[in-house]
Order: sequence, then C-alpha cells, then structure tokens
Amino acid sequence: MSSFLKSSIGRKIAMALSAFFLMVFILQHFAINILSVFNPELFNEISHFMGNNPLVQFVLQPVLIFGVVFHFAMGFILEYKNRVSRTVTYAVNKGNANSTWMSRNMIYSGGFILIFLVIHFIDFWIPEMNTKYIVGDSSGLLADGSDYRYYEELQEKFIPLWRVVLYCIGFVFLSLHLLHGFNSAFQSVGANNKYTKSLKSFGKAYATLVPLGFIVIALFHFFNNVH
Amino acid sequence: MNLTLKIWRQKSAKQKGEIVEYPISGISPDMSFLEMLDVLNSKLISAGEEPVAFDHDCREGICGSCSLYINGEAHGPDRRVTTCQLHMRKFKDGDTIFIEPFRAKAFPVIKDLVVDRSAFDRIQHAGGFISINTSGNTQDGNAIPISKHAADDAMDAATCIGCGACVATCKNSSAMLFVGAKVSQYALLPQGQVEAADRVQNMVAQMDLEGFGNCTNTGACEVECPKGISLENIARMNRELIKANLKG
Repeated sequence: MSSFLKSSIGRKIAMALSAFFLMVFILQHFAINILSVFNPELFNEISHFMGNNPLVQFVLQPVLIFGVVFHFAMGFILEYKNRVSRTVTYAVNKGNANSTWMSRNMIYSGGFILIFLVIHFIDFWIPEMNTKYIVGDSSGLLADGSDYRYYEELQEKFIPLWRVVLYCIGFVFLSLHLLHGFNSAFQSVGANNKYTKSLKSFGKAYATLVPLGFIVIALFHFFNNVH
Repeated sequence: MNLTLKIWRQKSAKQKGEIVEYPISGISPDMSFLEMLDVLNSKLISAGEEPVAFDHDCREGICGSCSLYINGEAHGPDRRVTTCQLHMRKFKDGDTIFIEPFRAKAFPVIKDLVVDRSAFDRIQHAGGFISINTSGNTQDGNAIPISKHAADDAMDAATCIGCGACVATCKNSSAMLFVGAKVSQYALLPQGQVEAADRVQNMVAQMDLEGFGNCTNTGACEVECPKGISLENIARMNRELIKANLKG
C-alpha cells in the first residue's frame, strides 16, 4: 500500500479522494450558510449545533483540516514534480488548442483559494476557536444574552466592501477550480463510463451554482447592512 | 509557398540548442511536412551546411517515428494525423512555422529534432506483453469468446503507435495515455488477465522511474493523439492499479 501511495497514480487517487471529501463539505457549508438568507433563526440553531457537537468538533473538524492541508500539500508536491518533468520549455505552445484554461491552471486557482481560506480562517474560525476554547464561552449567545451570536457576527463581517469583494473573487476562483476539478476527480478514480457525459453536466452545474450561491449570500448581507 | 521556418538546432545531447531561422520557397501545398523538411535539407546540403536531423520511417502514420512540435502543437495543427501525414496546405503562404522537438525530461534531445523515446520501450519491457506458450499447443484464438465491445476497445487501445505526442503535449509531460493504452489492450482481453496485476504495477513503476509527470486530466493528450486514444484508457489503468493493490 505504501508503494501505491508513492506512485504517481496512487497520489492522483489520494488527491481525488480528498477532493470528493472537500466537495461534500463545501455543499454542506453552503446549505447551512444559505439559511442565513432565508431563516436566520434556523441558521443560528444549526451554527450552534455544529459549533458544540463533539462529533463535529473533535472528529469531523480535524478530518476536515487534515483533508484541506493534504489537498493543498499534495497539490503543491505534484505541481513541483510536474514542473521538473520538463526542464526545457517550448518556444511556442498552444495550450488553448487542446485544453481549457481551468485545467491548465489548477495550481493558480488553488493558490488563490488558499489565500482566501487563510483570510476566511482569520475572519471566522480563529475568533470562534478563541471564544469557545480560550475564553471558554460555549453559550453561543450575544453579550446581552438576548439571542445567539452567529447571525449577527456573520452580518458584521460583510459590512466592509473590501471583504465582500475579496470573498466574491475567492468564490470565482473556487468555481474555476471546480469546473475542472469536479470531473477530474472522477476520472482519477477510474470513473469514465456511459455516465461521464451526464456527470460532466452535473459537475458544471455544481461548479457554477454553489460558488454563485456563496456570492449571493455575501452580497445579500452586504446590501442588508447598507440598507 | 514561401515560408519562414524557425527550427530548434542542437548539435548533440550535451550541447545547448537554439532556434535558427530558415527562409524557404517553392513549397507545394501538396507536400507533406516531412517532404518540406526534405527540401530544406537538400538546400542545406547543397550550401554545405548541416541538414536538420529529424525522425521518420514509414511516412504513412503507422510507425510512430516522426514527432515534432509544430507551431505549438504535437504533430502540427491538424487532428488525428502524424507529422508525416500533415500537408503543407494546412499552412498559408508567408507563414512562420516554429518546429521544435518533443520536450520532456524523459525524452532527452539527441540531435536537433530527434529525441530519445526509449523510455517507452522500457515501460513496454516492464509488462506490455503476455507470456504465452507458443510451442505448437497454443489454443485457437477463436475458441475464446470475447465480446465485440471488449474486442473493439482493446483494438482501439492497441492502435497507439507510441509516438509520444501525449507526453509532448501534456503540460506535465505525463505518459499516462500511452501506458493506459498499453495496459488496456491486454486488460480488456482474457489472454491479458493472468498477468494483469503485475503488468499494471510494473508498467506504472517504470513510468514513474523514467521521470514522466503526473496526469492532471487536462485532456490535451487525447486531442493531440494522432490515433485518437481515449482518456477512458487512463481511467481503466487507474482502476487496474487499484484492483491490483487491493488484491495485494
């Protein structure tokens, strides 16, 4: 098994499996976030549940962090190995003639997503960890105790225009990454069959609609604050 | 046709190369690309210069010898053809044409446009065969039922001529289309089942050892392959490797 994971195909499959996990995570993240637009009370309830459930906090969260770190680290390792496999580059190379921009530039879309994730962690995850595990306040309530704090915290974050723009750009790069990554992951695990055509259409829909949904959420809260 | 050729010249594997410009005239649109290079070489020899070294053999798209990265594409701008099948009518009078060798660390340049593709041979030696008793007691091929679908897919995979266009065009210099085709042509047939696990493991190990890059599924290889080898073969190779590792 260790030789399998050291082989080029083994790494590619491991990369795909981490991608599947992250794509499922993104979908559940979106499903919860969109509640903040339609039902702030339910958004608060679920946020509190996710933030205090031991299974989510101490099992799923570490797995998620491992998945994210693994996906990025393996992405950079494979990119390095791929770059050294061609030491002299072509004087003229027409990449557009045979492949999409997204497929050739996963490292750049992924790199921008990494920058976005660092900012996202500083914005939400680190303060959350600080409140719960350093300050020791697991109540999830506002300072006056009148309600849960999650919806209000979310709204506050989307007051500055620069953060809204930054998040929207991050989601555009997520979309570009997924436009190739979704179906690439299936190809990597060997799934190329009569369902591939339908899967490609589904992949395009997922890669477009989910990031677009995140953009809608960010814009909704920005304009909600303005007015 | 009057053309300006910008050709990679490199005296030997150890020396540095460079793009050299050659104006050429009197080229017929009906010539093949290699015939155009023959004309250039005749002129160079007449002028007492070193001719441009390039690979070629059958000149009918079967042997996989000819290579060349022409104007940024393996085997040039046409689809499903090798360089020897590429006609000059695909270019316009007055065009500038860049001609470079296939680039990959695993395909080192020997001279000018000639590269060493013996890495492919070593991958084949690692498992691209079936061990069969040919002592005279061989079972009649027709006695083994094979579905039309499997036979067609195996034949499609076997049409790979090992030219290396997949490696040349892949941004990662990956050889997975070639290896996928060679694994698939046996994996699809009952004769290939006996050694299936060893075959895929050994061929992939040799591919990695040769220094080819990793496939990132851009699909460029499939588009540029002169034989139209499908990405399905890479997926099949991946499945075969998973199966082989699960069996232990």
